[in-house]
Amino acid sequence: MDADLLRFATAGSVDDGKSTLIGRLLFDSKSLFSDQLESVERVSRERGHEYTDLSLLTDGLRAEREQGITIDVAYRYFATPKRKFIIADTPGHTQYTRNMVTGASTADVALVLVDARKGMTEQSRRHAFIASLLGVPHMIVCVNKMDLVDWSESVFEGIRAEFTEFATRLRVRDLTFIPLSALSGDNVVQRSANMPWFDGAPLLSHLERLHVASDRNLVDVRFPVQYVVRPQSHETRDYRGYAGTVASGVLKPGDKVRVLPGGHETTIATIETADGPLEEAYPPMAVIVTLKDEIDISRGDMLCRPANAPAVLQDLDAQICWMDESAALTPGKTYGIKHTTRTARAVVKEIAYRIDINTLHRVEGVEGLALNEIGRVRLRTTKPLFVDEYQSNRQTGGFILIDESTNRTVAAGMIIRESNAEAAPPVETE
Amino acid sequence: MKKSHVISQLAALEAESIHIFREVAAEMERPCLLFSGGKDSIVMLHIARKAFAPAPIPFPVMHVDTGLNFAEVLQLRDRWVDQLGLRLVVASVEEAITRGLVKEEPNGSRNRIQTPVLLEAAAREKFDALFGGGRRDEEKARAKERVFSFRDEFGQWDPKNQRPEIWNLYNGKVFPGESIRVFPLSNWTELDIWSYIESEAIEIPSLYLASEREVVLRDGMLYAVNEFVALKSGERSELRSVRYRTMGDANLTAAVESTADTVAKVVAEIAAVRVTERGATRGDDKVSEAAMEDRKKEGYF
Repeated sequence: MDADLLRFATAGSVDDGKSTLIGRLLFDSKSLFSDQLESVERVSRERGHEYTDLSLLTDGLRAEREQGITIDVAYRYFATPKRKFIIADTPGHTQYTRNMVTGASTADVALVLVDARKGMTEQSRRHAFIASLLGVPHMIVCVNKMDLVDWSESVFEGIRAEFTEFATRLRVRDLTFIPLSALSGDNVVQRSANMPWFDGAPLLSHLERLHVASDRNLVDVRFPVQYVVRPQSHETRDYRGYAGTVASGVLKPGDKVRVLPGGHETTIATIETADGPLEEAYPPMAVIVTLKDEIDISRGDMLCRPANAPAVLQDLDAQICWMDESAALTPGKTYGIKHTTRTARAVVKEIAYRIDINTLHRVEGVEGLALNEIGRVRLRTTKPLFVDEYQSNRQTGGFILIDESTNRTVAAGMIIRESNAEAAPPVETE
Repeated sequence: MKKSHVISQLAALEAESIHIFREVAAEMERPCLLFSGGKDSIVMLHIARKAFAPAPIPFPVMHVDTGLNFAEVLQLRDRWVDQLGLRLVVASVEEAITRGLVKEEPNGSRNRIQTPVLLEAAAREKFDALFGGGRRDEEKARAKERVFSFRDEFGQWDPKNQRPEIWNLYNGKVFPGESIRVFPLSNWTELDIWSYIESEAIEIPSLYLASEREVVLRDGMLYAVNEFVALKSGERSELRSVRYRTMGDANLTAAVESTADTVAKVVAEIAAVRVTERGATRGDDKVSEAAMEDRKKEGYF
């Protein structure tokens, strides 16, 4: 029961074998159920396919089956004795950038599929860019369909060289290449006998062994107060507990903390859970913190260390991925903003540029951001937010925008700190 | 384990669920937890208690009572509610049939007609957030549903118009009459649920554990003979060691052959099992490829 959790995101279309790869992982790790397989086999036969179409496993909605497309993020689960895996499976076309961003936002690993026959495509570049924009710490490039290029080492090495060159323009911390065939299972779960020249691990053992613990930010203490627990009973009348999920850092009783926005300093008295007190708390634990001094603290406030605090800002620079089809992001318009547990309103001051996600070029002078477009935007919020650079802290660097007239979630934002403005993805000006 | 600051996957799932409970309690006006006394809703309630302790759970629970429940499940439901000091809202399908809100379906399933009963009770109580124990591993339509699932004023789910969920930032904003269904166990699998019941020593109905029961083989499934399942002519019952994997209506929930008479044995059995729980035991889910999707669009959980 000590297995840990690994979340990975896949993106791609039916053509590049993504669904087959997922089906293969589930099947070979014995995570596919026989009634699911029977249903897929039956539908494949009914449609006249000669092979079992494993993509039917992930296409869950009627519209998807009717149109033979994937329109949304599907979550899949499987476990080995070492780990439990959550797959966020997203379609790969341009119009689904929104879904890819959603899937990548919580992923430890991004799987990018490349068809060995075609080499790098616009789509694989786009997937890699989005994974790096969303700060996914590990990227595995699966060079698929190796059976169709005679298991050629030189084809694999060519793709590896081209992708590695491209990745220097992105922020990819850990990049791995695996030659495989999802259809035949080579290097998916079992090591391939057809590619003795490859000395790396098959995909599943790589996923099982990938070290993700050090990806978590354990340095910067950030505890967004989510909910104030105040039992109304007699014996607990003076109890005030601050419930929340540790965003980053390690909290211990006795630690000095600063409370934002007030700036008061106090000491952590206890860290509690329903199972008893803890000696320390770290991400992603959900705990209750009590403090030595009585300070007025409410939801949306944040605990940090006196010598290590987030920036307190009302002017935000951020990369925005626009997710709404009904209206574009427009300068001058005001949106609801949700950042950690804090909500405010934000007006769009300007759009610095849009990024062409296929070429990574900056396009300046744009008047808005439409569905699936990504760009750099300046916002002014109605109250200060406690922020870190997204690339150093995904929890305190990410926010969403909500359209106040429709209540829809219309954008994901990733904060760029002024002092780190040069740390934005190194895109080229057109 | 501790030195490396990594928590187990069960602890991570529990933390995610606690986060979801607190988020709803903080942002929504009138949440309510759907509680049937089945294993998933029991786990949900257990985690809700942990999310707010030492304070009590700050919302009531509701049971849509189809009138076809196993008696033991109802008893356990009431015991949980009493122990936690919660308000229980019962929305009765039986009573809704009597006053003509819904009509009994020819196949005897009350699965579909419980939806209007649920919606009516939720509207009467003005609930704007309803927690459900649905998991994404259960079924293909569920696999694509959000943790915060927006429903319009008719409780309908529109799979093509879902709010993107990025990081752990959930959007619970609704206009009056609209609501959010919240699934805190979205990322749990059946095996996770059982492993958690074992590690937390949570009390569940004994029907989940194997025992010699009088069963009849019908449409390839084993149904326990009880007050809701009578033998039809030509049918013969027999004694077999069976247990239940799900706790639906007593007339349509099948048992599976099993010798797992302890939670630990169930965990071992589930880890090796090759059929999904709904595929194995739910006559009401076998209607069509899209049965769940269609019911959800009508306001089902």
